[in-house]
Amino acid sequence: MTVPVTAESTGKPAAPSGWTPQKPTPWASFSNWANRHRKWVFASPAMIFVALLIAVPIVWTIYLSLTDSEGSVRAKAEFIGFENYLEVLGDTERFWPAVWRTFYFTGGALAAELVLGMAIALLLWRPFKGEKWVRVAILLPLVATPVAVGMMWRLIFDPNIGFANQVLNWLGLPSQPWLSGEHTALPTLIFVDVWQWTPMIVLILLAGLTSLSDEPDEAARIDGANSWQRFWFVTLPLLRATVIVAIVLRGIDALKTFDILYATKGKGGGSFHEVETLNVYAYGLSFDYNDYGIASTVLILFFLLIIALMWIVTFRRKGDRS
Amino acid sequence: MTDTLTRPASPAVPVRSSRRRKPRAYQIFRVVILTVVVLLFIAPLAWMLIASLKTNVDIYDASKTFLFTPTLENYDNVLSRNNYFEFIFNSFWVAFCATVLSMILGVPAAYAMSRFTMHRSALVVLMARIIPGVSLLVPWYFIFANLRLVGGYEVLILSHMFVSLPLIVYIMMSFFDSMPLELEEQAQVDGLTPIGAFRRITLPLSIAGLATSGILSFIFSWNNFMFALVLSGANTKTLPVAIFNFVSYASIDWGSLMAAAVVVTVPIMVIALFTQKYIVSGLTAGATKG
Repeated sequence: MTVPVTAESTGKPAAPSGWTPQKPTPWASFSNWANRHRKWVFASPAMIFVALLIAVPIVWTIYLSLTDSEGSVRAKAEFIGFENYLEVLGDTERFWPAVWRTFYFTGGALAAELVLGMAIALLLWRPFKGEKWVRVAILLPLVATPVAVGMMWRLIFDPNIGFANQVLNWLGLPSQPWLSGEHTALPTLIFVDVWQWTPMIVLILLAGLTSLSDEPDEAARIDGANSWQRFWFVTLPLLRATVIVAIVLRGIDALKTFDILYATKGKGGGSFHEVETLNVYAYGLSFDYNDYGIASTVLILFFLLIIALMWIVTFRRKGDRS
Repeated sequence: MTDTLTRPASPAVPVRSSRRRKPRAYQIFRVVILTVVVLLFIAPLAWMLIASLKTNVDIYDASKTFLFTPTLENYDNVLSRNNYFEFIFNSFWVAFCATVLSMILGVPAAYAMSRFTMHRSALVVLMARIIPGVSLLVPWYFIFANLRLVGGYEVLILSHMFVSLPLIVYIMMSFFDSMPLELEEQAQVDGLTPIGAFRRITLPLSIAGLATSGILSFIFSWNNFMFALVLSGANTKTLPVAIFNFVSYASIDWGSLMAAAVVVTVPIMVIALFTQKYIVSGLTAGATKG
């Protein structure tokens, strides 16, 4: 099977012939060196790129978090030690509510997406007519531009002209403030996130489901297990690894959600800061108020939080494996 | 005679029929629920399209929710008066460059990381997927503002590569992991250098993986909002930022806003429809490994 491939590839004289060590031209010795060290020749450009773009910013952020930098980026900043950290950690007006909202948004969206995603994936699992159309339909929200999605829901949830209230009124229910209400805005945005990202969970779980063998399910059926028992005691445990992948991938992205929050509520997460998560708070401090010192402090704390969560998830996985 | 010939295949039949034996009620239930699900996912998008074809007067009129005279006025307004073609080009150019450059860096890296099982190195690149974008934006903004580069394409492309590169490495790693080693080994036995084998054997066989990672990288870059919001200038503004700027005025021109939203989402949806298989395989990459 490999014969046509190799015949074609060795037939071209243009191939770098430096692999044979008897011709020590500069190109040949370079090619020889590159081949011997191809592990690092291949991997290091990407790693250096990422490391530079991460390491430099992180060191810079740590430095900024220890200064009173503010206003213009060219202004002189003074070193003030851990003052910013004390200020931020003692801030019950903006910082701690933002931490709470970040958890609330991520937890709420992730839980709803997992339950709905699992239900839809199970319904799609066995092949049926029209399956293709369902798959296309659930792919569309997933690829839609988040800012456009935010604007779209902003019109639908508009208290006066939105379709959502129109439907409520047809049903004889009172209008809701949706995105403009102090207490309804964040749940509404969780709903938007669920609309956009449940398909992602469906696709991941469906990939896991189709890779499962039928036999355990059949065996449980023969033993007289009902559908719920078969799902809970057979399918779900077999799907564990896939579910964890889904939680990690979606959880990270949900923690970092910015686009729909900022596109629908703008600066500061609304007039009561009702949707101000850590991400929106840090962004606002940096680019709406140019308070770089405090912003960097919030970012470092946010970063530590994400690392801690990642550590807990991976640590638990390792513990389970042993 | 033919009956007896087909017999040997019959042991498979009971298994299949047991799966089909699900009650009819369940099948009806399934179709109904899935129809509702499809409608819930599609309806808001349809609503966006409908609103983009209405005049602002009709949008405010509840009696014209479904019955209205469609007009292309909003599209004309968006495309001709707001030089949206420039923003479309910016979005396209940034996404294209970021994708191509990320693939040049990312594909060989993914190959090395997969073949030499460099898990710790892979983690460095994948860190970029974990870190919140804002935490990089502040220092980038500082550095690039001091270099007076903010507002140029270079900075935008660089920042979007930060999204594309980890994605490409992640997808290509799981692609190379599942690719058999034998062909490369055979090529090396036949006289190709290891790099030659990668270039002439592995890469041509990876078209599906390259397409998957390239398409997804393009989509994610096209949709990216936060980096461009800070780092783009008046001439390099991308579509999501242009849409966002639409609402910073006192009253919202809903019709034009929806037309602009359609303009940004439709190209990506058309790509998604034609490359559905690749997108799904890319989004679910690594999902079925332990």
